[in-house]
Amino acid sequence: MSEKLIPLAELRERKAQPVRPNPEEAPRPDLREELFELEARGELIVQRVPEPYVEVTTKFGRTKKVPIDHLWHHKSCGQCGHIPGYTTSILWLNRQFGIDYVDPTDQTSCTGWNYYASATSNAVAQLLVMCRNFAAAYETGYYPLIHCGTSYGHYKELREQLVHHKELRDQVRRVLDKLGKPLVVPEEIVHYSEWVHVMRHRIAERQVVDMRNITACVHPACHYYKIVAEDAIYDPDIYGGQRTATVTALLQALGINVADYSTWFDCCGFGFRHILVQRDFTRSFAVLRKIEVMKDEANPDMTVTHDTGCVTTLDKSQFAAKAHQRRVGVPVLADSQVAALAMGAHPFRVLQLHWHSTDWRPLLEKLGIDWQRHWAEFEEDLAAIERGEKPGLTWEDAEQPILTR
Amino acid sequence: MSVATWSPTKAGQRYADVAEETKRQLFEEVKSDPRYPDFLYGCYECGICVSACPSARFYDFSPRVIAQALAREDIDRFYEILMEDIWNCAQCFSCVRCPRGNNPGGLVTLMREVAVRHGLEQAQQALQGYSRVIYKIMLKGNQVSPDMLQPDFFPDWGPWVREFSRNMSAWRKAIPVDTLRNVTDAAWRTDEKTLRELYTIWLETGNMEVIREVDEGLYELLVEIMEEELEAAS
Repeated sequence: MSEKLIPLAELRERKAQPVRPNPEEAPRPDLREELFELEARGELIVQRVPEPYVEVTTKFGRTKKVPIDHLWHHKSCGQCGHIPGYTTSILWLNRQFGIDYVDPTDQTSCTGWNYYASATSNAVAQLLVMCRNFAAAYETGYYPLIHCGTSYGHYKELREQLVHHKELRDQVRRVLDKLGKPLVVPEEIVHYSEWVHVMRHRIAERQVVDMRNITACVHPACHYYKIVAEDAIYDPDIYGGQRTATVTALLQALGINVADYSTWFDCCGFGFRHILVQRDFTRSFAVLRKIEVMKDEANPDMTVTHDTGCVTTLDKSQFAAKAHQRRVGVPVLADSQVAALAMGAHPFRVLQLHWHSTDWRPLLEKLGIDWQRHWAEFEEDLAAIERGEKPGLTWEDAEQPILTR
Repeated sequence: MSVATWSPTKAGQRYADVAEETKRQLFEEVKSDPRYPDFLYGCYECGICVSACPSARFYDFSPRVIAQALAREDIDRFYEILMEDIWNCAQCFSCVRCPRGNNPGGLVTLMREVAVRHGLEQAQQALQGYSRVIYKIMLKGNQVSPDMLQPDFFPDWGPWVREFSRNMSAWRKAIPVDTLRNVTDAAWRTDEKTLRELYTIWLETGNMEVIREVDEGLYELLVEIMEEELEAAS
């Protein structure tokens, strides 16, 4: 299969020619300006990015503010439901850096997974789910940080619809009035991987696990950089500015060898509906177009991504393929988990690797982490919970890194 | 190749028994969506969308044909796509690299909405086995929850699913995040008031009528629960 794909030499040639876009020549108007105009007309409130923030460049060369502190964690149902170490790692990183945050119970998912899977909703309902969550964040005074790539992409698309269609705004406002909530839209819609991206050098400063012997492939999440593409972070020093810089820049900061593969643009095969009720497509695509290509072209120790569906799909699809002697066996981690691991987070109390399916043990062994010892510690935790000695794990149990500098 | 000759078996005549008026009405419903002009600008026939499309590799599916059929208002071809193709889309939006600015994935979303609103048989077939997810999303505001990790639902995910399921209670208690710890029937702990606001959104926006077209029994169950909750709180 790899012979038919774009040759790696050609990819490297393209990457050697950095793209430096001029924001004055951007093909689309800056939606934020339109938001501020609507605010000036009294139609909605724009929640400002709080200080401190870091300015980054996006696809068309515009500047985007990424907040560092005062964060309202808009959690992901797929992460919290099926890969809880994803969320735990994000919050553990926040706590390690002393970030002031809210982990809300006044939050629903974006419901976008269902919308893209089944279409059993409509534009106004989807907009209201988004605006209700944004209003809930605004009421706390904290700024929303979106954990899920689909929520991030979906909200960006909904924001665009809200700005461009007065009839939708009027319908949304009618129901928000009934709920007693203001119509609020954040100045920037920010994905957690963007927070990780701007924190990468501080994460690297506190790195205790040497990762220089690790090779990783990156799967950029479709809903992060394909839906409303202009909001994604691009950097001329990463892939010549021709692909999003998030995830890759973090891995490079941690000393990991990021290996290229020719199907980087392909989706993972999640499919939204397919992953739940038509997984033959999902498994085939994930294995034939992603994992096997990575194996053949880069033979990575792990693949790293930054979205709920991608971790799920790439991780869970490998078992059945292995039964068919396909070339699989690449552990799949989120960037937040890699960052936390680099800073010495416990592989089970924090990364919660026992919820992953593809074998992660060889990766930990290559990193010099004694996973058997840490699993034994975690089993002790479970036994204490079973004995009723404690109701569950707390941050106090999980906060301490397994290694110190 | 033109749309008409793209596939000899899809020459726009397989639903000749369906009234022209029916096809036209469904097409007009898609076209009247306020998002439609943002999703379709024309088509260069360059095929970039197809080359990026995961579904085009595994199904008889083409985002280019969708954009062309809609742009030409070829309602016979539109109807075939509505009946046969839309549920194959992976909704990844790789197709939005279209140099014309089209969003074929978005067009599919609009067509799916119409298919569901009209309770088309193909929509019901595509969503078979999906009712438990709709139940969860409507009532809990989460697409998935830990207790859905059952071996009979995910047999192809390997023996670990059995482990997840067997150890669910203890493992969920061993998560240090306050809102996740010991929660198994939802992704995280959500306020009752938040859920009531969500129910209000579903009921006020006509979303529940959409559910009725997919599964009437589920609709009745959900509305009863939501109205009881809202009434009790008021």
